[in-house]
Amino acid sequence: MNNTILEMQHITKEFPGVRALDDVCFSVIEKEIHCLVGENGAGKSTLMKILSGVYPYGDYEGEIIFNGLEQKYSTISDSKKAGIAIIYQELALVPELTVYENIFLGHEIMNGLVIDWNETIKKATQMLKKVGLDVNPTVKVKELGLGKQQLIEIAKALSMDVRLLILDEPTSALNESDSENLMNLLRDLKKHGVTSVLISHKLKEVIEIADRVTVLRDGKTICTLDAHKDEVKENVLIKHMVGREINNVYPKRDATVVDEKVFEVKHWNAYDPAIGREILKDINLNVRKGEIVSLAGLMGSGRTELALSLFGNPRKYHVNGEMYVNGKHVHLKHPEQAIKSGLAYVTEDRKGNGLILIQDVKQNITLANLRAIAERGIVNRNEEVVASNEYRNTLNIKTPSIEQKVLNLSGGNQQKVSVAKWLFVQPKVLILDEPTRGIDVGAKYEIYTIMNRLVEQGMSIIMISSELPEILGMSDRIYVVSFGRITGELSAKEATQEKIMKLATD
Amino acid sequence: MSFIKNIGKTVRDNIRDYGMFLALFAIMIFFTITTKGVFISPRNISNLINQTGCIAVLAVGMTLVIVIRHIDLSVGFLAGFMGAIAAIAMVSWHFPVWVVIPMVLILGILAGLLIAFLVAKMGIPSFVASLAGWLIYRGALLLVTLKTGTIIIPNATYNAIGNGYIPDLPGVGILPGVHKLTLLLGILAVVIFIIGDVRDREKKKAYGFEVSTMDIFIMKIVFTAALIMAVTWVMAGYNGLSWTFVIVLAVTFVYHFITTQTVLGRYIYAVGGNPEAAELSGIDVKKITYIVFGSMGMLAALSGILYSSRLQSATTIAGQLFEMDAIAAAYVGGVSAGGGVGRVTGSIIGALVMMSLTNGMNLMGIDISSQYIVKGVVLVLAVVFDVATRNRGK
Repeated sequence: MNNTILEMQHITKEFPGVRALDDVCFSVIEKEIHCLVGENGAGKSTLMKILSGVYPYGDYEGEIIFNGLEQKYSTISDSKKAGIAIIYQELALVPELTVYENIFLGHEIMNGLVIDWNETIKKATQMLKKVGLDVNPTVKVKELGLGKQQLIEIAKALSMDVRLLILDEPTSALNESDSENLMNLLRDLKKHGVTSVLISHKLKEVIEIADRVTVLRDGKTICTLDAHKDEVKENVLIKHMVGREINNVYPKRDATVVDEKVFEVKHWNAYDPAIGREILKDINLNVRKGEIVSLAGLMGSGRTELALSLFGNPRKYHVNGEMYVNGKHVHLKHPEQAIKSGLAYVTEDRKGNGLILIQDVKQNITLANLRAIAERGIVNRNEEVVASNEYRNTLNIKTPSIEQKVLNLSGGNQQKVSVAKWLFVQPKVLILDEPTRGIDVGAKYEIYTIMNRLVEQGMSIIMISSELPEILGMSDRIYVVSFGRITGELSAKEATQEKIMKLATD
Repeated sequence: MSFIKNIGKTVRDNIRDYGMFLALFAIMIFFTITTKGVFISPRNISNLINQTGCIAVLAVGMTLVIVIRHIDLSVGFLAGFMGAIAAIAMVSWHFPVWVVIPMVLILGILAGLLIAFLVAKMGIPSFVASLAGWLIYRGALLLVTLKTGTIIIPNATYNAIGNGYIPDLPGVGILPGVHKLTLLLGILAVVIFIIGDVRDREKKKAYGFEVSTMDIFIMKIVFTAALIMAVTWVMAGYNGLSWTFVIVLAVTFVYHFITTQTVLGRYIYAVGGNPEAAELSGIDVKKITYIVFGSMGMLAALSGILYSSRLQSATTIAGQLFEMDAIAAAYVGGVSAGGGVGRVTGSIIGALVMMSLTNGMNLMGIDISSQYIVKGVVLVLAVVFDVATRNRGK
């Protein structure tokens, strides 16, 4: 009766320096809805990328059995042919093409050498009916909302005779009613024999819909729960998701928090015209002198957007609300003004928008405050060398010389250059966005030590992090962000991983 | 022995910087041999430099435009159009020269700012915005020369810019046939260069930094001084420094200084290296875009002045393909299309390389068709060399 449609056995996948998946076993039974949960970085996406052929056979250890046969995919199209369809968070539709063109993109219905458009439109209409979407197939995809686009992705998958449908956080960008529609559709498809795997951070949704749930943590399978036999509750799932022991990787600090608000934001809202959505709703937060305050939350919850909107708003969101730096009401129109008012922002993506990789260490360190070492617009390059060497020593940046291009440094050292760059502006409030992402344990410890030293000297830090142990280990206070709102404020004492996770998935 | 090693290391570390210089040197030797010395004659070198002038100033501006990841196709016909405006201002409106030149330069800046507005404010790709400029200025040039055809410029002062030479000191019987002011300026340049270098070295020492060893330092000074004096001697042997040469030198010096020594220069390269990171570092990317295109427009106007004064007239097709020559010179000189990389001095060398090829092949009597092919091959080779050496070493 219970036919196993997919079996992934003993999957191990290593990246340089990291074991992303460690002997993971994952099996899916025909006509079930199987949910895959875990923290960011637990290995969910890597596992799905192996399944879909993004990481080809030979790139990992272990075997995949689908429909009773061993599969060795070398490209995504191989897995598609076998009947596996993955729908990612970032949709893979072409906005300028029509709905029917998108549905049959890559597997067009041919009539000899040309595309049979009439047949395409007819079939597309059938597919749209199947997913319960009432739109004209001849409109362009860009004219539809995200929820409808998601359904079109599913229609596209169905048009390829999909046997296993994988959805990677499909509802993270959807509103309540669109999410509800999607869940109903999955139930409906199940009745018609489609098996689905759902990756989701929204645990309530998982509990509502799952037949079985598999929990991944740190690249390992923790357990698979059966909703019809076991108890699948939010707290049970959270415990499995975060239940790792915290090693003593966080250095002690002797900073005393002074009860003096250095930074405060009141009723802060932001609307992103690029995606036409409100991204931040009524944010209130404050930071005191010598304090490390964390913004916890899941990826995409709006933490980076919040930081950017505060830091001179370079993405040109429509913002309103009040911001105070050192008690002074400020209106920051550009990062330049933010820097002048005493803010600094170490970006999440150091390669993308943090550093100038083709320039050398010293040029990167001095860039945000070049005027400090310039006289009448002329850079004193000797002073630059002195200043850069100072940061190289105090932050222990490992580089053969400060003339080295940042491109050639390791991730941890690039991160230190990033931090050095923003310390050089001598900020009052330092915003660190995922300060330890992608760097090894040793470098992490050094970053933490630097943070402690800075707050001991009276600086204030806002840390954005997706790693719960880091948040618990480093913060004095924690704000939890979820869907552009602050859903809770916790002191270091009362905070637990479970509490944060609950607020973050609220 | 260690001296030889030091030289070897210095050359190897800087092969990329000196590569084009060596190529230029090789090209010059080649043409000197094939033309039996005509190429290197003072008269021809002087001519070559005057020919290069209008492209060289464009290449300087284009370097910065490409560094910030844009392109400006409009500058060729903008130069032609500005030359025509200058001619009309003098011939029809009877404006004096000293009004015409600043006026045209300011008009050039405005034209550059207009493109910057379309690029930075309206978000139009620079390729498209400047292509529109190319069409518009071409039309504008034809329009203003419609009735008259080629406009002859009768003003001797203006025409001296492209044809004249700096005055000489009164002859007192020494060194007959040698342009003494040129020689004096050359010696002055060497002295200033040596003082500057020695001071720089002393400052570095005062900071406790490592400096190059004394022998390398002296060798570098001797080499550069010899180079300056050699060029000076060749120039002084003919009519002395031409005004065009003086202008190109001044533009190169100013732009080299701005790009290597100033905050503005750093910002330009930061914007080119990573615009988003630059913006988040407090740099106003739009402002930089305006400055760079504004400077490009000004240099286009200058190029137009140089060209029209050299021809002593404004023609209906003045400036045609100048933009392509300038872009080619910049790429030959080591500018990277990826942005953030490229030197002003490199582009000047690039312009000299391209113009030497034209000049040398003309002297050899090689057909224009073959000339284009050779220049195309050289462009490709230069960029291949650049890409191949870019990520090597260091």
